[in-house]
Amino acid sequence: MSDRVKSERRLGWLLCAPAAIAMLAVTAYPIGYAIVLSLQQVDLRFPDEGGWVGLQNYGAVLSSGLWWTDLFNTVFLSVISVSIELCLGMAIALVMHRAIFGRGLVRTSVLIPYGIVTVVAAFSWQFAFAPDTGFVNHLPFIADDKDWFGERFSAFSVIIMAEVWKTTPFMALLLLAGLTTIDDGLYDAAKVDGASAWQRFTRITLPLMKPAILVALLFRTLDAFRIFDTIFIMTNGAQDTQSVSILGYQQLISRLNLGLGSAVSVLIFICVLVIAVFFVRVLGARQPEGSR
Amino acid sequence: MERRRRVRLIALACAGIIGAAAIVGCGGDEGGPVSLKWFIAIQPGGSIQKVAQTCSEESGGKYDIDLELLPTDASQQREQLVRRLGAEDSSIDLIGMDVVWTAEFANAGWIRKWSGPDAKQVTKGVFKPVIETASYEGDLYGAPFNSNTQLLWYRKDLVPKPPKTWDEMVRMAEKLGPEDGGQIQLQSNKYEGFTVWANAMIESAGTQILSGPEEVDLAQGPTEKALASMGLMANSSAAAPNLTTSDEDTSRLGFEAGAAFMVNYTFAYGSAKENAPDVAKNMGAARYPGIEPNRESKPPLGGFNLGISSYSKHADLAFDAAKCLTSEKQQLTVTKLDGLAPARSGLYDTKIVKDAFPGFADLVRESIETAGPRPVTPAYQDVSLAIQDALHPPTKIDPDDPGPAYDELKDKVEQGVKREGLL
Repeated sequence: MSDRVKSERRLGWLLCAPAAIAMLAVTAYPIGYAIVLSLQQVDLRFPDEGGWVGLQNYGAVLSSGLWWTDLFNTVFLSVISVSIELCLGMAIALVMHRAIFGRGLVRTSVLIPYGIVTVVAAFSWQFAFAPDTGFVNHLPFIADDKDWFGERFSAFSVIIMAEVWKTTPFMALLLLAGLTTIDDGLYDAAKVDGASAWQRFTRITLPLMKPAILVALLFRTLDAFRIFDTIFIMTNGAQDTQSVSILGYQQLISRLNLGLGSAVSVLIFICVLVIAVFFVRVLGARQPEGSR
Repeated sequence: MERRRRVRLIALACAGIIGAAAIVGCGGDEGGPVSLKWFIAIQPGGSIQKVAQTCSEESGGKYDIDLELLPTDASQQREQLVRRLGAEDSSIDLIGMDVVWTAEFANAGWIRKWSGPDAKQVTKGVFKPVIETASYEGDLYGAPFNSNTQLLWYRKDLVPKPPKTWDEMVRMAEKLGPEDGGQIQLQSNKYEGFTVWANAMIESAGTQILSGPEEVDLAQGPTEKALASMGLMANSSAAAPNLTTSDEDTSRLGFEAGAAFMVNYTFAYGSAKENAPDVAKNMGAARYPGIEPNRESKPPLGGFNLGISSYSKHADLAFDAAKCLTSEKQQLTVTKLDGLAPARSGLYDTKIVKDAFPGFADLVRESIETAGPRPVTPAYQDVSLAIQDALHPPTKIDPDDPGPAYDELKDKVEQGVKREGLL
């Protein structure tokens, strides 16, 4: 390696250093600190207590029925809402791709729900479904006094609707990006060969979009797994609708039990890592070579 | 060229912002009145602003009370405060503390003790249960600012004589039937209001949740009676359809829409007068219902006490301000503007209180005097969550066999006082 290359490389590192240090300070440090806290007994309300307790906090979390109920809730909500979003998102993406006139208008109007603050959206949906002030119960085929948030699965259905309404545009945009990369010539060739519209969709669109679909699914699943705002506003975890993020919030912010709360946070972090690895390694590995 | 100019402009703007922030940061300490920050829940009638202004003026330029208004939801108020106190934030001077926070704040060392003549001054003529909510381990930690209690509200045109017990009320409402307002409104969402209800039931049955900061009481016989009444209420046809998601506001709406019974704080009267004058005309107030006919109920107790932050840099002035804010005169201002019950018993004979609580001022006084406060423990948050986890939704309590619900409540509360496991 020549001196010139060496010094250029050193300069490169120096120029990167501020960004790298900032990243470490705002991500690695808090994560490390959470891990350290999760091994201790720390409760801000009892400043005199404390000390190392090893994995005791993790034992308390994993042996609690509450953690497993909440984990089930979170997985259930993520799977259902992301599946619906994928189907709807794909349909919207196809429409946006094909739209001949008013393209800009269509794309902008589809994006509106995504631009609304989650808390505001959650409140709107809650008001709409409230038995005293909402309009939903006045619709045909719905009992006038149905208490949507008074029962677990009816509450879930409203939470899922709100989530789907809010994040489908995001899904649609990611899928649209994938759609635009497909060469129109392929469709023309398939048409000449007599492929039906459905065959063109399953044999050309889907395989070529697989990377885009995987990225969209990965982003949305990670997002959905950390669901907090919508549940916090609508039920605040009542009727067994709590998610793991709300569980962590309750230990950390309400109870100020930093040890237990950090253990919950670290476990959520591990779940998110597992999901990411699953998408990248397991699903990504089966990707056909040609589409990379 | 164009691009470089834009970058330079942005840099200039950034420098400007930083510079302005620095100037703001430096200001403040230049003679004049000391600024005291008062964190307290907002009240819709503007009484907080009014008393803060009056006391600032009366201090003769010594201090100026700046308000930091907190949300109306008690849990959110607490969460905003404890974060700051846990981080030893010196920008808090005065704290409007919900009656259930005293033990937690005092034990953590976040608030200062009141003693000597100051303590005497702020507790003079104050209801005994209210002083207890402001005390921890024999010392006073808060100056009672206002009190609050729940009454039984009923429709005089539908109910000839108010019921004495919950079971009697359920029977009366069921007999009225859903068409004629046979509905009981209460607070049974999974939140602090549910703990308020459960505690009032258990206290009214003749026992208590805790006998000390870490001792669970919950005598089995009376507790099971209380739980049976909760189960009967929740599973009755007289329960509102939104029972498991109800709070103070939904229950007042339900009452204004025609329910014959409601347990709620005193604000419900003013609200009905404004929103449903026809209902307000026939609105009767009675003592909170009990569990057994021959045992007086122990109504819920709410309200705020003023604490002085341990991290305040102007504690002496903060004590002076708290004395002014909790004086008889200011308590009456709060009653006049927001209809909140004064913490001093003597004030209930004044015209202002009698106007605020027409015909039921004495009932409010008696209700506060004989109230059953919520448990006093530094682990209050955990105990409250434990009660909610164990008993919510109340529809799952079997009125004929409250045994399982009792076992779960006792287990959970024991876990709560010890602050063990997830809640």
